[in-house]
Amino acid sequence: MHELGIVKHVIAQAEKTAEENGAERVLKLTLEIGEVSSIVPSYFTDCFEWAKKKTRLMRDTELEMIILKAVSYCTKCKNTYKTTEHAKICPYCKSAETYLVTGNEMTIKDMVIE
Amino acid sequence: MGKVRTILLNQSVLADNDGEAQRLREELKEKGTFLINVMSSPGAGKTTLLVGLINRLKEHISAGVMEADIDSDVDAVRVAEKTGCKSIQLHTGGMCHLDAQMTRQGLEGLDGLPRLIFLENVGNLVCPAEYDTGAHLDAVLLSVPEGDDKPLKYPLVFQKCGLVIITKTDAGDYFPFDLQKCIRNIRLRNPRADILPVSAKTGEGMRELSEYILNKINGKEKT
Repeated sequence: MHELGIVKHVIAQAEKTAEENGAERVLKLTLEIGEVSSIVPSYFTDCFEWAKKKTRLMRDTELEMIILKAVSYCTKCKNTYKTTEHAKICPYCKSAETYLVTGNEMTIKDMVIE
Repeated sequence: MGKVRTILLNQSVLADNDGEAQRLREELKEKGTFLINVMSSPGAGKTTLLVGLINRLKEHISAGVMEADIDSDVDAVRVAEKTGCKSIQLHTGGMCHLDAQMTRQGLEGLDGLPRLIFLENVGNLVCPAEYDTGAHLDAVLLSVPEGDDKPLKYPLVFQKCGLVIITKTDAGDYFPFDLQKCIRNIRLRNPRADILPVSAKTGEGMRELSEYILNKINGKEKT
């Protein structure tokens, strides 16, 4: 449950960018969040809706969260598989020599300003 | 109505913290201070380990401790009383972790920088892993009573750290803890982490850990 801390950083960076670009307000903010990034989207949204009211430029900002699927790659058999179903162990060859290709993203993608 | 524009950012949600952490790390390096971020679950023995370590290290180098907790100053008082070194308490005000800005504020409160500073993070294996504090070394404690499967349950903190200290090895007879299995589980998450088993109570492994830290300070540093 660290969503509020992350929301604080997201808002600070978005407001700074908005100010640098001479915006009067931020209409929309889009984030890319990996499925296994440890952010719970519903908690994040609740925290964002609360925190944005305390800002100058983001009181009415719409938040969009694009959820990216988690995919792991096995270095033994060269297959990819769904991380959320099989975690660290490759379902094809049972090797543990696997790594996450996508799924831990926590990125501010873009924002629409006016 | 003003003109509507889209601005592409594609930056980490924690990019501001990562930048601040990197600046802090470089500033400390210039000033000759080595910062170690100590993370673990509550009760893994961070404070006891630090007291034992500082008492071994203090004849070699000056050391200080920043204790981060949600409330109270019991840890800072205990470290100061038992080691005589500089110790301050940081309150995170309910936050479950420290970030680089909070670390900087703590350093300003230390009144002069010793050669080595331990940052005792909030007892938590989840959130502190996300935030770079500006430390030169991230260390995680895993105590024997917690079980050898902990790295499987809390992957990120083990994946990001440079050192895993297995604590309370003196309790090995009382818990079904398999050291080799534990090491394998850590390796699954992090093939490069250094792993040192210790008991702050009996002193087992403490000399090796002290030497490891002195070598880190005098040699290779995270840049």
